[in-house]
Amino acid sequence: MSEQIKVTIDNITVAVAPGTTILQAARQIGGEVTPPAMCYYSKLEGSGGKCRTCLVEVSKGSEKDPRPMPKLVASCRTPVSDGMEVKNITSPKVLDARAGIVEMLLINHPLDCPVCDQAGECHLQDLSYEHGASSTRYEFDRRTFEKEDIGPYIQLHMNRCILCYRCVYTADQLTGKREHGVLDRGDHAAISTCIGKALDNDFIGNVIDVCPVGALTDKTFRFKNRVWFTKPVDAHRDCPTCSGKTRLWMRGDEVYRVTARKDKWGEVEEWICNTCRFDKKQASDWTIEGPSKIDRHSVIAQGHYEGVLKPQNFLPEVIGRNPKLLMNIHDVSGVNKNDIELSKLNGPAHAADFEQ
Amino acid sequence: MQELTNKRVAVDRKPMTFMERLYIPTIIKGLFITVGHIFKKPATISYPEQQRPFSPVFRGLHILNRDEQGREKCTACGLCALSCPAEAITMEAAERTKGEEHLYKEEKYAAKYEINMLRCIFCGLCEEACPKDAIYLSETVAQANYTRKSFIYNKEDLLIPNPNETH
Repeated sequence: MSEQIKVTIDNITVAVAPGTTILQAARQIGGEVTPPAMCYYSKLEGSGGKCRTCLVEVSKGSEKDPRPMPKLVASCRTPVSDGMEVKNITSPKVLDARAGIVEMLLINHPLDCPVCDQAGECHLQDLSYEHGASSTRYEFDRRTFEKEDIGPYIQLHMNRCILCYRCVYTADQLTGKREHGVLDRGDHAAISTCIGKALDNDFIGNVIDVCPVGALTDKTFRFKNRVWFTKPVDAHRDCPTCSGKTRLWMRGDEVYRVTARKDKWGEVEEWICNTCRFDKKQASDWTIEGPSKIDRHSVIAQGHYEGVLKPQNFLPEVIGRNPKLLMNIHDVSGVNKNDIELSKLNGPAHAADFEQ
Repeated sequence: MQELTNKRVAVDRKPMTFMERLYIPTIIKGLFITVGHIFKKPATISYPEQQRPFSPVFRGLHILNRDEQGREKCTACGLCALSCPAEAITMEAAERTKGEEHLYKEEKYAAKYEINMLRCIFCGLCEEACPKDAIYLSETVAQANYTRKSFIYNKEDLLIPNPNETH
């Protein structure tokens, strides 16, 4: 099995081990050649093959059988063969199919990005921005579900779900017992618990990180802040159950949210436990390593936290005293009051939390 | 040296003629221009009694919009603050509870919303960024004031009056 086979993706040849999928081979090349994936997750066994966003064209099957594959194939589930030639962004057929898939995914996806906590780190948002149309042709009402409460940690928005099954695999493979799953069929298929159970197994918080959309979000972070206004820093702590390597989303000294660290494919590097994720919301709980590396195309990079040099204040030296402050904004402003610490709240803030 | 333009004119240093040295004809010519302006339409108006119409693209003081039922449209999505080049806008969001449906249009709303008018450059990017048609730049200018702190406009200052309450 040590023999390497050659596969050409968009005219770039790469040598991979036999049994590698086209998507994994493309990820070895990296960059634009990599097909997007909404349901496939390399760290979850059995995931993939559902969303069809990673469709590619195989223009040459292999060295032995050079015939092209008759239809577009899902690159996350198709293993490469020697001499295979794959077209991704060089194939107009693929781009057209992908635009169609995005349109299908968005048919029932609500346009509530302004409210959604996933906005800014949402894979569907990125995907539709790159491949989708700016308007919809769908004229009917979107599919809606009754709101369901699935416990104190995780907020479920079934309307936003694209049924990628990632959270189901996560619960199966990480937690002792899976409490939720996809109930009903067809248009009624919904992530739910049987019946009215709370998701509180340890490690269940990872379903928040694997969810490509905002269907499963962190209730302890709900509506607290927008992700691009919080500062991502890598941190670790001595955790008896998990590796303790996390990413903190901070504002000043307040820890608003704790997530696992994600790699450049948006996948979790190491799973983290519920204690780290939901209960350790103090900066003193963590050893902070430094600002996380965020892709500069992401809106989260707008704060430019990496490599920041704090400008030196020369004014006191030059004028021989501290400059007179004409107005301290914190005395006037009602926002970011010191006596209201949003990060300490267990759930979203309400009107009563601001009236003190 | 090669000239960059052909507009150069040599300075005329000839001595003035007798008529020019008298100055009187030139002064009278100037006075005629002054008197002529008395009969022309004035270029100025008597502000504040009279006011000029604003251009349709004028960008003045911000307002926060409500929908037809008087509910606040803003959902505190933060796009105005993100797009603001002067970093004048700050906000804090809260979740709408049961019984507040008549106050806020969406599940999430801005509990605090502030625009620092000292920083604002009236570029209108917040209006362009707003996905909910909640913020608009109106046809008024920011009021002059004596203190700096009166230029920190909070949500109550910016919200338009509730159409249902005035009736």
